Amino acid sequence: MTRVMLSLMLVAILTGCETFGGGGREAADTEAAAGQAAADATTRGLAAGEGATVYEVQTLGTGEAGEGGQAGPDQAGLLARRILYFDFDSAQVRPADIPVVQAHARYLMAHPQLVVTLEGHTDERGSREYNIALGEARAKSVAKLLELSGVAHRRIRVISYGEEKPLALGHDEAAWQKNRRVEIVYGG
Amino acid sequence: MFVSAYRIFSVLLLWLAFSGASRGELVIEITRGVADAIPIAVVPFAWGGRGASPVDVARVVQQDLARSGRLKPLPEQDMLTRPSGPDAIQWRAWRALGQDYLVIGQLNEVGTDQYEAQFFLFDVYKGEQLAGYRLASRGRELRHTAHRIADIIYEKITGEPGAFATRIAYITVSREGGRRIHRLQIADADGFNPRTVVVSPEPLMSPAWSPDGKSIAYVSFERRRSAIYVQTLATGKRVKIADFPGINGSPAWSPDGRHLAVTLSKDGSPDIYVINLASRRLKRLTRSFAIDTEPAWSPDGKRIVFTSDRGGSPQIYTIPANGGKPRRLTFEGGYNARATFSRDGRKLALVHGGKGYRIALLELSSGTLSILTPGPLDESPSFAPNGSMILYATQIDGRGQLAAVSVDGRVRQQLATPEGDVREPAWSPF
Repeated sequence: MTRVMLSLMLVAILTGCETFGGGGREAADTEAAAGQAAADATTRGLAAGEGATVYEVQTLGTGEAGEGGQAGPDQAGLLARRILYFDFDSAQVRPADIPVVQAHARYLMAHPQLVVTLEGHTDERGSREYNIALGEARAKSVAKLLELSGVAHRRIRVISYGEEKPLALGHDEAAWQKNRRVEIVYGG
Repeated sequence: MFVSAYRIFSVLLLWLAFSGASRGELVIEITRGVADAIPIAVVPFAWGGRGASPVDVARVVQQDLARSGRLKPLPEQDMLTRPSGPDAIQWRAWRALGQDYLVIGQLNEVGTDQYEAQFFLFDVYKGEQLAGYRLASRGRELRHTAHRIADIIYEKITGEPGAFATRIAYITVSREGGRRIHRLQIADADGFNPRTVVVSPEPLMSPAWSPDGKSIAYVSFERRRSAIYVQTLATGKRVKIADFPGINGSPAWSPDGRHLAVTLSKDGSPDIYVINLASRRLKRLTRSFAIDTEPAWSPDGKRIVFTSDRGGSPQIYTIPANGGKPRRLTFEGGYNARATFSRDGRKLALVHGGKGYRIALLELSSGTLSILTPGPLDESPSFAPNGSMILYATQIDGRGQLAAVSVDGRVRQQLATPEGDVREPAWSPF
């Protein structure tokens, strides 16, 4: 944990990316549309009381993903993954998820008008404000990986909701695992 | 002795079960014997007015006193007589029932929406009056008046001020039309009379009372990022105090009400800062690469405790409020967080992880940790202003609810709330 935070400090930190720069009218529309879609998805996920499955590719089709050019054969599949899961009280991106983050980095590089929001979340255990901090550490770990893959930090927004926005509403390990996550949301 | 104590205990449980079924919304669970709680009879108040009495004053007083764990009200069905004036008291009968104290009273309607409650507290063995008061009240204040009566009785008997006529703040989350609606509510200390002061489709967190009880600081995500607000309760007007990039969290008032300790991550990892509310100047208190959060002031304003994982797991640290070197306070277990000082500054209530998450009390002089609640998901401890009880959030039937435990761990009560998840209780000052 501490080690993660330390390395985070070394990468000029990304908080405060509230201004996404000018961008054309088209870019602004894209952002608005993407943001709207993300908000709808969140709502439905909670109403269904179910886990990650509602977070499908909605704002970005697989065809679009291919436009990146650098994409490998499974780029579309990797891009479809918008949720990364974490171990208990850990902010380390799981090694198996690193290619997913890299795929999103490639996508962002190929679509310079896009910005991305990384939403950090935790399970319900422990105190709430500590979980806000833990959720932020998770989102910042993903942000750091995106940056290392070349994405400018002004295009990355980090927010932590801690345990305040659970995807799964149960009180067992299965639910907790679904809730320890970072959601990759395109748009503001 | 044991047999009689057991009998009293079961009778009490019966009464509690009975009273819990009323619209009282209050379930009291006695977790350990109450044999040494002080027996007191609170006789139903005589009603002088039209129709039925708008509030059962005696019942409210009984429930308040029972919740303290210090007093043990006699079930009403065990009362042989129900005097409402001093002349009608048969002392021998109350002595035979083993009562140390007796409360009698009247509630009279004296005008349109005007009431007068009058009560007497007696020492049964001496046959002596200890207190006699007359309290005027409007209809909607009658429950509050009953809480004030309980406060007076509690103080006369225990020598400590009662905290029944105080308030609590908490967050509720309910699903409405497929959306999660977050509310910051204020209610009486027994959970009655809830009023919403903030509503938001985005999370609300960490309500904190100003020391004068007039304002509440809290965190809101209404703009899809965190910000700290201070809201004046009477007017509903609010001021944004912190809206920095990253985390704006954990507001904690200094005892003099002039500063807020907060968590900000604008400079990297979350650290503790102190904001001067008049000048808005910011002073950074901690500098670690780890998580530092959940500050709380000591009652003398000289120290701040906080949660940090700088040692590898979340533990409680203390730091001088004007800056200095942090010192670790908790060593038992791999998870200790969200500490808050007792009113005398000698103890910390905190969330202790291990076998679930439970509320524990850390004695600062000895370092002794005692666990007060069963868990498994208890959090957000908040002391009563008289230090007698700790309010906390718990999960019951898969739903977030509020509960309170006496500081000796003997009496636990559940405050049932109308709907949704209830969390993050904060007990008001006097």
